Amino acid sequence: MGDTAAHRVTRWALRLIVIGYLLFLVIWPVALVAAKTFANGLAPVINALRQPEVIFAFQLTLSAAFWAVVINTIFGVGISLLLVRYTFPGRRALNAMVDLPLSVSPVVVGLALVLVYNGRTGWLGPSLEEAGLQVIYAPPAIIMATAFVSLPLVIREVVPVLQEIGTEQEQAARSLGASGLQTFARITLPAIKWGLLYGVVLSLARSLGEFGAVKIVSGGVAMRTQTATLLVEERYQQFGIVNSITAYTAAFILALIAVVALIIVTSLRPGKGASE
Amino acid sequence: MSIKIAGVGKRFGDFIALEDIDLDIATGELTALLGPSGGGKSTLLRIIAGLEVADSGSVEIEGVDATGLPAQKRNVGFVFQHYAAFRHLTVAGNVGFGLKIRKRPRKEIASRVKELLELVHLSQFADRLPAQLSGGQRQRMALARALAIEPTVLLLDEPFGALDANVRKELRAWLRRLHDEVHVTTVFVTHDQEEALDVADRIVVINQGRIEQVGPPDELYDHPTSEFVMSFLGPVTTLDGNLVRPHDLEIETHPFGDAFPGRIERFNRVGFEVRLHVRLIQDDVAPPVLVTLTRAEATAKALEIGLPVWIAPVAGASQVRITTPVALAVDDLDVSSPASVPEPTFT
Amino acid sequence: MWFSLLVLIPLTAVLVQAAAGGWSAYWDALTSQQTLAALRLTVGQAVLVTAVNVIMGTAIAWVLVRDQFRGKQLLEVVIDIPFALPTIVAGLVLLSLYGPSSPLGVNWANTRVAVFLAFLFVTLPFIVRTVQPVLLELEHEVEEAAASLGASRLTTFRLVILPSLAPAITSGAALSFCRAISEYGSLVLLSGNLPYSTEVASVRIMSSVEGDKLTEAAAVASILLVVALIVIVVLDLISRRVARYG
Repeated sequence: MGDTAAHRVTRWALRLIVIGYLLFLVIWPVALVAAKTFANGLAPVINALRQPEVIFAFQLTLSAAFWAVVINTIFGVGISLLLVRYTFPGRRALNAMVDLPLSVSPVVVGLALVLVYNGRTGWLGPSLEEAGLQVIYAPPAIIMATAFVSLPLVIREVVPVLQEIGTEQEQAARSLGASGLQTFARITLPAIKWGLLYGVVLSLARSLGEFGAVKIVSGGVAMRTQTATLLVEERYQQFGIVNSITAYTAAFILALIAVVALIIVTSLRPGKGASE
Repeated sequence: MSIKIAGVGKRFGDFIALEDIDLDIATGELTALLGPSGGGKSTLLRIIAGLEVADSGSVEIEGVDATGLPAQKRNVGFVFQHYAAFRHLTVAGNVGFGLKIRKRPRKEIASRVKELLELVHLSQFADRLPAQLSGGQRQRMALARALAIEPTVLLLDEPFGALDANVRKELRAWLRRLHDEVHVTTVFVTHDQEEALDVADRIVVINQGRIEQVGPPDELYDHPTSEFVMSFLGPVTTLDGNLVRPHDLEIETHPFGDAFPGRIERFNRVGFEVRLHVRLIQDDVAPPVLVTLTRAEATAKALEIGLPVWIAPVAGASQVRITTPVALAVDDLDVSSPASVPEPTFT
Repeated sequence: MWFSLLVLIPLTAVLVQAAAGGWSAYWDALTSQQTLAALRLTVGQAVLVTAVNVIMGTAIAWVLVRDQFRGKQLLEVVIDIPFALPTIVAGLVLLSLYGPSSPLGVNWANTRVAVFLAFLFVTLPFIVRTVQPVLLELEHEVEEAAASLGASRLTTFRLVILPSLAPAITSGAALSFCRAISEYGSLVLLSGNLPYSTEVASVRIMSSVEGDKLTEAAAVASILLVVALIVIVVLDLISRRVARYG
């Protein structure tokens, strides 16, 4: 169909509106943070990163995220298999509930965990603490909160892939004598690996960035239960150039990791480009 | 003249889709654009419709120069291979779409839709969604939708290509009957020579962007002007440097006239037809000659493998001199024409 | 099975806690002036933001799918940034352009506009990502069919394309709304959390928790849970309806 002048005008107008919108909402603000981080040069940034609290915060964030991702990968693949390959009463409900953590406020998640696991009045908390496991105000809670909010990300990426590849390959493997575990390891897992990787990277990015839920359940004590995101909040609200630079530096690092994760993920999924 | 195409050319980058096409289509005629995939026939159809713009040349529809007109203004009905149904509208909604956007009164739209649905035998599906219809039903709906706007010209792009063989045959006959009833100038694109031979008043053979031959089906089948047309429209085999139809070859177990001597190398019975591969004595290198005849004839002549025979074209057989360097190969499965293998009409 | 451990038990705990004080305590917690103001602000801004997203999200998806220009791939990454970025960082990000010391000369920190902006930022990807695949899959021929029947580009968009996109837009809008009312991290720094004027529901919950008023917190949280549940049900219904189209 011909390309008239009217077509061309609409196309340019749309293009400008969209780019402008994205510029003012995302691109410029993010660029500004980068600028502010390095406003006084590289040295303050390096110094900020050397602070023990900062190093601890990032270590805590990274390890919590790591464990959360491990949990999510295992449970995520398990639940995905359950949802796709088996039928059972309540499957519909489980399917709908998978999305729940994504739609629920992180603060509510934190609250829920506190209600169950806190050492005084929680449902399971006191008994756990008696057994020597403190959940709330300790790393386990951080891991749980983080795992909870990012679990759906793995499932939502793996389920479509499982659905698409169908059961034929697995059936073929079974007919050739492979056990359940062998089938899973040699056939299913390789088939879903890209979807799984995509989900894992998203889950990791989300875990690194969790704030609200972690804030409630961890107590945010520096050098003990303060994650990188909590550090950003604390330092921003304090006076002084050093604190400010620290806040921006931590924020910048987190943003960088997020963007890198996104770029990895976008290049894993080339098919999302335009048609025509 | 209903459609006049003059000097039309179209290229996509380096690929020349159409070159210097001149064609006249008479009003009320049912014309087939026939040719192999990628030959340019769909492109030509879409240029007539206004869905593509030609690089050169002109298109005239019922005396009006349509070359610069967009598809919206040409009043052509277009039917797509994959139906292009409006999924969110009911069958009735689909059929009435053209009228609705022309802002016709609702009563008029309703009665016209009813009329058309009766014409295509889809009345009981009026309130269904296209997803609930079979492929053949969807295509009938698409036809009704195209006819609703009372188009000057009806264009169909491989309309039966996505359907099962049986449905294809059914709809093909049905299209012919529809045309006899409605008389709108119709052009359809197909790569199936049997379809074209069965349905069309005139066939335009298009290959590699050029028109090879135009004419009624019989003329093209019996008097092809090129090797391509001959081999595309029906089975061919090579004898004495000519292309000839396998069923136009006379075969005897004794010499006669100028017949060529040979030996039966293969004897294949496919239903009522017998297909023989005859290896000519004089030529050991060329592929064997394909001869087809009825079972009755083969039995009468007591033909069997290994038998020495003599073959010659019957009087009046259509033949085309071979000028292309590579001889057409005769396959085991009688794929002596590059076009689709004619389906056996028996089970 | 394991999922239920992680998910259901804590969430029901919220509901139970909310009910712990009895119906009157629940009602009191919900109807305190401060809570009502917070809920009004949260829902109001979320609706506004969702409306904006319906238009801009569709427009962005359209440009991503139908347009071609250099650097378009970059935009794909940009759109997902709000999704991957930690919310506290998002707050910082928006503050740098719209807060004090903004190069634009505006200062919207601690105002309702800040809430609006924060919601807009975090909900950016949702409608875009639900509409994009549908747009990609739209058969080009359907639009050609509409053209051959006489429809102008605008009519085709209105009568053919938009209805096909409607289910995707709706589900994206639902996700967008849910995400907005759940937002917390970016507002901590950006909106000042002033009661009655810029305090949203999630902040209200947080301050209740910090004040050790768990029942109160649970009450407000229960509302948010109910809304989330409704949205999930609506999404399920929509996806079933779309399946009819085939």
